[in-house]
Amino acid sequence: MHELPVTMSILSIALEHAKNVQASKIIQIKLSIGELSGIVPEFVQSQFNMLSKDTIAAGANLEFHRPPSKLRCRNCAKIFSPEGRNWICPNCGEQKVEIVSGRECYVESMEVA
Amino acid sequence: MEIKLLTIKEDILGANEAKARMNRERLNKYSIVAINIMSSPGAGKTSLIIQTINKLKPTTRIAVIEGDVASQVDAEKVHQQGVPIIQINIPGGCHLDANMIENALNDLPLEDLDLLLIENVGNLICPAEFDLGEHKKVILASTPEGDDKPDKYPLMFSEADVVLVTKCDLMPYMDFQFDNFFRGIARVNPAVGIFQVSCKTGEGIEQWFDWLLNQMKDSKAHPPP
Repeated sequence: MHELPVTMSILSIALEHAKNVQASKIIQIKLSIGELSGIVPEFVQSQFNMLSKDTIAAGANLEFHRPPSKLRCRNCAKIFSPEGRNWICPNCGEQKVEIVSGRECYVESMEVA
Repeated sequence: MEIKLLTIKEDILGANEAKARMNRERLNKYSIVAINIMSSPGAGKTSLIIQTINKLKPTTRIAVIEGDVASQVDAEKVHQQGVPIIQINIPGGCHLDANMIENALNDLPLEDLDLLLIENVGNLICPAEFDLGEHKKVILASTPEGDDKPDKYPLMFSEADVVLVTKCDLMPYMDFQFDNFFRGIARVNPAVGIFQVSCKTGEGIEQWFDWLLNQMKDSKAHPPP
């Protein structure tokens, strides 16, 4: 459910940048949404279609780049990508970890005409 | 038609974070400590708030912001304790955001407050993503929910400044294993304080009051810039 404010924010960021260059149409928006962000791309796209209906972003394609989750072991400092929910260091077996990446949530770039 | 590629690199939640910073600065100006209380529905956030008001009201000026999908049930319970309260209803929503808190702050007597307790919407997913401008995040997990909550919602538990295991009076009837719970939290947040409490019997709740009072003492002794 928390996709809605996220989608509204994507649309407003896109419209603002399009306005700055006096674009007449937004064709594509590239997003970086980390695996750990808890955001479901399908929901964002369908909400976007609805919200953008009467704007120059109508029909724009959203492209999702999903940076994988990366964790740092608190014992040996190894950085690794966990498999599913199993947050265990493959190097030393430690279970205490720190999140390094995977929470990204930003608009990377977009194509306008 | 010429197609242009624009590089943007803008944080999608940036607007919320900017507003959260403004809220925090505003609270700091009045030396108010704000606590964001989060849990799944029914873990005992409102009971904890009521106990906290009862205990601290003689010495501390408290206000409460209540976030709910619908109803004023919690707000009415808290209102009976005689402290300022703002109810925020978010039909179809699942978390509070910094904008809602900004509006609530406009309606609170900030010059007459020491402590702001914010009861977030019962949910262990989205509230973790939205900074409200609070100073500390508190997460409750009740014994009937099971000891695997930190494994299932690691992000939420990684954000906590303190974790309360609530409804500890029900322990004899539950299969809740503290060792499993501690292990789950230690994975993502090894330094966090964990208190075992029961709002019903008052067991362990003094630790929570002490922690809260220390937050207020620290903020008076070392005011944030």
